Amino acid sequence: MSSLVIKDLHVEVDTESGPKEILKGVNLTISSGEVHAIMGPNGSGKSTMAYSIAGHPKYKITRGSVKLDGVELSELSVDQRAKAGLFLAMQYPIEVPGVSVANFLRTAKTALDGEPPKVRAWVKEVNRAMEQLGLDVTFSSRSLNEGFSGGEKKRNEIVQLELLNPKFAVLDETDSGLDIDALRIVSEGVNRYSAQGDRGVLLITHYTRILNYIKPDFVHVFVDGHIVAEGGAELAENLEVEGYDRFIQAARANA
Amino acid sequence: MSELRSIADKARPSASGPASPLSELSTTPKSHLHPRPSFDLADHPVPGGKEEVWRFTPLEPLRDLFNGAGGTGSLAWESRLPSGVALGEIGLDEAKALGIPAPMDRVSAMAVNRAGRVALIDVPADVALDGPVVIGLNGADAQSTVFGHLVFRIGARARATVVLRHTGAARYGSSVSVLVGEGATLNFVSLQDWDDGAIHAGQHSFRIGADAKVKSVTASLGGSLIRLMETASYAGPGGELEQFGVYFVNAAQHVEHRLFVDHNQPNTVSNVDYRGALQGQGAQAVWVGDVLIRKVAENISTYESNKNLVLTDGCRAESVPNLEIETGEIRGAGHSSTTGRFDDEQLFYLRSRGIPEDEARRLVVHGFFVDIIRRIQVPEVEQRLLAAVEKELQAAVSSPNQEK
Repeated sequence: MSSLVIKDLHVEVDTESGPKEILKGVNLTISSGEVHAIMGPNGSGKSTMAYSIAGHPKYKITRGSVKLDGVELSELSVDQRAKAGLFLAMQYPIEVPGVSVANFLRTAKTALDGEPPKVRAWVKEVNRAMEQLGLDVTFSSRSLNEGFSGGEKKRNEIVQLELLNPKFAVLDETDSGLDIDALRIVSEGVNRYSAQGDRGVLLITHYTRILNYIKPDFVHVFVDGHIVAEGGAELAENLEVEGYDRFIQAARANA
Repeated sequence: MSELRSIADKARPSASGPASPLSELSTTPKSHLHPRPSFDLADHPVPGGKEEVWRFTPLEPLRDLFNGAGGTGSLAWESRLPSGVALGEIGLDEAKALGIPAPMDRVSAMAVNRAGRVALIDVPADVALDGPVVIGLNGADAQSTVFGHLVFRIGARARATVVLRHTGAARYGSSVSVLVGEGATLNFVSLQDWDDGAIHAGQHSFRIGADAKVKSVTASLGGSLIRLMETASYAGPGGELEQFGVYFVNAAQHVEHRLFVDHNQPNTVSNVDYRGALQGQGAQAVWVGDVLIRKVAENISTYESNKNLVLTDGCRAESVPNLEIETGEIRGAGHSSTTGRFDDEQLFYLRSRGIPEDEARRLVVHGFFVDIIRRIQVPEVEQRLLAAVEKELQAAVSSPNQEK
């Protein structure tokens, strides 16, 4: 049984007018086998949470803690966090020209396992993952994310999720920019991953559409840097009808 | 943490008034950035350092190439010629009669005047070569001054790959002209793979025939000073040029590429992409990319890009793209130039997958060069260059925490 425990997380970024606090005390516990959805309006700090957990240098944790199986992630480097079992599927995956997808995947797998994968089995595994995500086999030889369509970038993130198979996956708006077919294919990938039963998913989105495909066990509403409401899948259905407005009004009233 | 300077713009045609009919007829670029090309040494006085085209270059090491002291020897030759390709010698007047472009600076003027005979490599018309033409030039001594003059003539509609490789050490002044016939397809690779201490300055010029397609890859790695003037002009409409370059500059090394694409014919295309990495105290890279779009050059398209990756403190990269546009009737013209440290976002992405920092850096630099090297399409040359890049990277990228 693994756990990702976020406690009183405060995060700030540097802006032209000085440091600005984006996360204002986030508390969240995810256990393996669970799917959590975080929903909230644009600018509420959802992505900041994802990137600060993963260790992006732009975000500074000023208070609180993030522990994966008791290990304080904020004390680890970005790659050490990945080795601890964390994965972030990014909203805007970065282009790395001249580095092929195949080379990247092999290098990452080798780094995570501490030894290179067995060539034949690995190639098979990569090809199967690509195929399941609807990507052509020639995809492996392309430069990482370079010239990929929005949909290809997201599929490639989920290929990595399945191949690297972390303990916890944070999916940052993986649904944005996907057409209906791609959304279904990507969701199926996430479901295969979570169906293993001992993996945790933190799904960040501001639309309920992806929740038609990926059933969350818990839904958290995120407004103004912290969680303002929690519930089961029915909370997402309410949001679909009512929107975020009542939470935003309440947050303003409390401010 | 990361210092990034970026210029990227879409150039607008200038409204500089009608050009005089005389200037259109003249074969001399009006470009104010370039001295008048001429075979006559007297037209190229020894530079004093204040000249625009010399202002980045350390002149002292080039002294003997300016005045020709001791320049009587030649480099050792090695050639691999696919069947049908002829290697011969001609005189300077014959070379001029073939239409070789005139020297743009003092060293290339010295080269054509002092080299004596001209090596002519002849690829006949209408052939498709079954392998690359390889010319290897090797210098035995960093202290001896040598001038060389080569002309490659690619016949109409021929398909050829040429590799010109410089190794060893010398103080070498060169002139290389590549005359590409109508409708020909040429892949031209020039390697400056010198040993430490070598000095190489000179001019590589392409004259591109109507509808010909030229791809060139220039790789400059070793030596203490490399300064190449690379020019291209078109002998007829419809020619296409893709010009790629890679350079790796180490401590106290000076590597300079000055490109000049003269769009002197309509419907022509040029696309330039040069990339370099710098490491070590006093490493200096200079890239100047000039493009002239003449009044007659309607419906042309041009793009120039230069990227420098600064791996350590103490390096200096100059990157100067220039566009001179005399007609607005073009398909497109633009350029971009970036000089910076590692891209934080790329490193974050790779590291977020568990790849350690030094490995991530190595991947990024490797990719930066592979992107160009893969275009060479001569496997032995690609492998050699990749190995050279690997070797440079071992020294550079593994050193921790280079950023302040």
